[in-house]
Amino acid sequence: MFLQKILESYPISEDYLLEILLDIDKQKENHYISKEEITLISNHLGIKESHVCSVVSFYTLLSTNPRGKYIIQICKDVPCYLNDDFNVLKTVENELNIRVNDTTRNQKFTLEYTACIGCCDEAPAIRINNITYTNLTKDKVVNIISDYKEGKHD
Amino acid sequence: MVNLKINNINVTVTDDITILEAAQQYNINIPTLCYYPDLHINSDCRICVVEIEGYKGLKTACSTPVREGMNILTNTPKILNSRKTITELILSNHDASCTSCIRNMSCELQSLAKNLGININRFENVLEKKEIDDHNPSLVRNANRCIKCGRCIDVCKDVQAMHVLESMGRGHEMEIKPAFGRYLSDEFCTFCGQCANVCPVGAIIEKDNTDIVWEKLYDSNYHVMVQVAPAVRVSIGEEIGLETGLISNGKLVSAIKRLGFNNVYDTDFSADLTIMEEGTELINRIKTGGVLPLLTSCCPGWINLAEQEYPEILPHISSCKSPQQMFGTLAKTYFAEKENMDPKKIYVVSIMPCTAKKYEATRRELRIDNKTPDVDIVLTTRELGKMFRQMGIDFNQIDEVEFDNPFGISTGAAALFGATGGVTEAALRTVYEILNEKPLEDINFTSVRGMKGIKETEIKLGDLNVKVAVSHSLSNARILIEEVIAGTSPYSFIEIMACPGGCIGGGGQPYGTTNEVRLERIASTYLVDGNMVYRKSHENPSIKKLYKDYLIEPNSSMAHHLLHTKYSPKNI
Repeated sequence: MFLQKILESYPISEDYLLEILLDIDKQKENHYISKEEITLISNHLGIKESHVCSVVSFYTLLSTNPRGKYIIQICKDVPCYLNDDFNVLKTVENELNIRVNDTTRNQKFTLEYTACIGCCDEAPAIRINNITYTNLTKDKVVNIISDYKEGKHD
Repeated sequence: MVNLKINNINVTVTDDITILEAAQQYNINIPTLCYYPDLHINSDCRICVVEIEGYKGLKTACSTPVREGMNILTNTPKILNSRKTITELILSNHDASCTSCIRNMSCELQSLAKNLGININRFENVLEKKEIDDHNPSLVRNANRCIKCGRCIDVCKDVQAMHVLESMGRGHEMEIKPAFGRYLSDEFCTFCGQCANVCPVGAIIEKDNTDIVWEKLYDSNYHVMVQVAPAVRVSIGEEIGLETGLISNGKLVSAIKRLGFNNVYDTDFSADLTIMEEGTELINRIKTGGVLPLLTSCCPGWINLAEQEYPEILPHISSCKSPQQMFGTLAKTYFAEKENMDPKKIYVVSIMPCTAKKYEATRRELRIDNKTPDVDIVLTTRELGKMFRQMGIDFNQIDEVEFDNPFGISTGAAALFGATGGVTEAALRTVYEILNEKPLEDINFTSVRGMKGIKETEIKLGDLNVKVAVSHSLSNARILIEEVIAGTSPYSFIEIMACPGGCIGGGGQPYGTTNEVRLERIASTYLVDGNMVYRKSHENPSIKKLYKDYLIEPNSSMAHHLLHTKYSPKNI
């Protein structure tokens, strides 16, 4: 089982919890950590489920609900909010025809908020999986989304 | 030592303390909210901020160490404004329906708001109502009142090593709850109630059973009797505004009588009985090569932990019911037969320092003939205080009255049950004298007293040198249990209490139970013991009579049928 393989590739120590979680998220096309996986991880590391849940819920990189192949995260911290003169969120919502926290019917995109992604000097910014896009304009956002829709990143 | 100035007062303190501790030593009050003396310092709430000359911004007094030459101000307009804003923001996300909250007048947020002079909240209330978890017999978790101070997390994780509660989410969306937002009843929660004891507001409280008790007291179909646990007599004073550690026996009985109970009995009596049964069990296990170490069974929080997480330890646990349950059984059998009463019409109320006792009373195993519960309802020390306030009872204005008989005579050994190490000391006083057939030279086992996490002693029983250990708080219990499971435990007898300090530090005790307060209650417990006529359980004349008239002898088949129970692994 893939989870067992991941768990065995790290020392049995709670210090590796975040690495393990990120590894699982990366390997699963639907990018989420299931309840069963949380139980197995906590048993393996000898920590409580509450601890694993707390870590998963703290990082916007991680989720306990199934998500799309591409996770579009809109920064909602202050510099991005203040520099957003065209409404990044609304633009993406219109392009994908979903609301924040939803996943498209074809399971390709999930739209979420995120806490600061460290691009305050180039706000507004979004992140799609591992790539950050900064200094956004409305056209730029539309182009980025259409590239993903057309499968240029698949 | 370092010298500094707080509010222009010269302060000389050791260099290993915080600004808050230094201020406290000089009676300078700095308000706090998330800070709790025995727990991890989180400095989450920022209420204790102070200004330090030469330092940028405001600093939290709870977490900033003192330095030579510091010049600190604790009450400037800038600080006051900051504290007010923080408090208003907390209140804007809080169910502040104070007059219908159990913590009304004992709430730390409420008194903070009052002391800061908050007359108006500039922020609109944005609380999104969440479901209240009252799905277990012991505790109610109301997230609408939670101020996210984190004390419950720290006590559950660090002191009890249970880690049921954690912070979930981040920023203003953070909530404190169990994994997956489950109910406490679906968790490995022992219902020890330490979270309820440290909660500054009404977010985690005991399940309030006072209304049920009032109804029964005025229902002529029932004969309502009450038992009072050992630890309550050294803590009830605090609950009604009297001094910490005050010993109240006669006045406590008198006040409870005024509430309208038909009989007021003493759990100390059944604690003596527990010693007879558990002591005999220990002697038998030693003599016949039974399963050792024998682990105590008085504490329902510990029993919950064992059944949930350590099924392999269950054969080690004494089969004796806890003193609370032994009392209930005897009330509905021995007493009922003697008084020619229908056991179903006897209603047994317990006053306990404990929230897990509420759960224990509902256990299926603890019923007479599988139907009638041994104990019908459990009130905590705090709920008893509530009933006194409802009735308007003033301790200063009442006489002293003795406990009723036949369950009123007890010994100093039983009184010790309230403090960590007490059950051990009581057991050793009896087991030694029965097994060695000679009086014990010194009946004070001082090495098992006090707040050290794990304590041990050695005693000669027959030809054997027997090692005995005592632990309190579940983090310490786990250390001893894991040794037993690994087969490396050198002990023959282990006392385990879930709460720090034992029952005197229980989850149902008055608010503000810090380790300093625990030590005072423990000191009072030993004073109670020292002042008793009888100090060994086997010398209790009522216990002797009970065996002669009814139970025959300790561990007899009658005693086994009534006073012993069994445990089974529990899954969630």
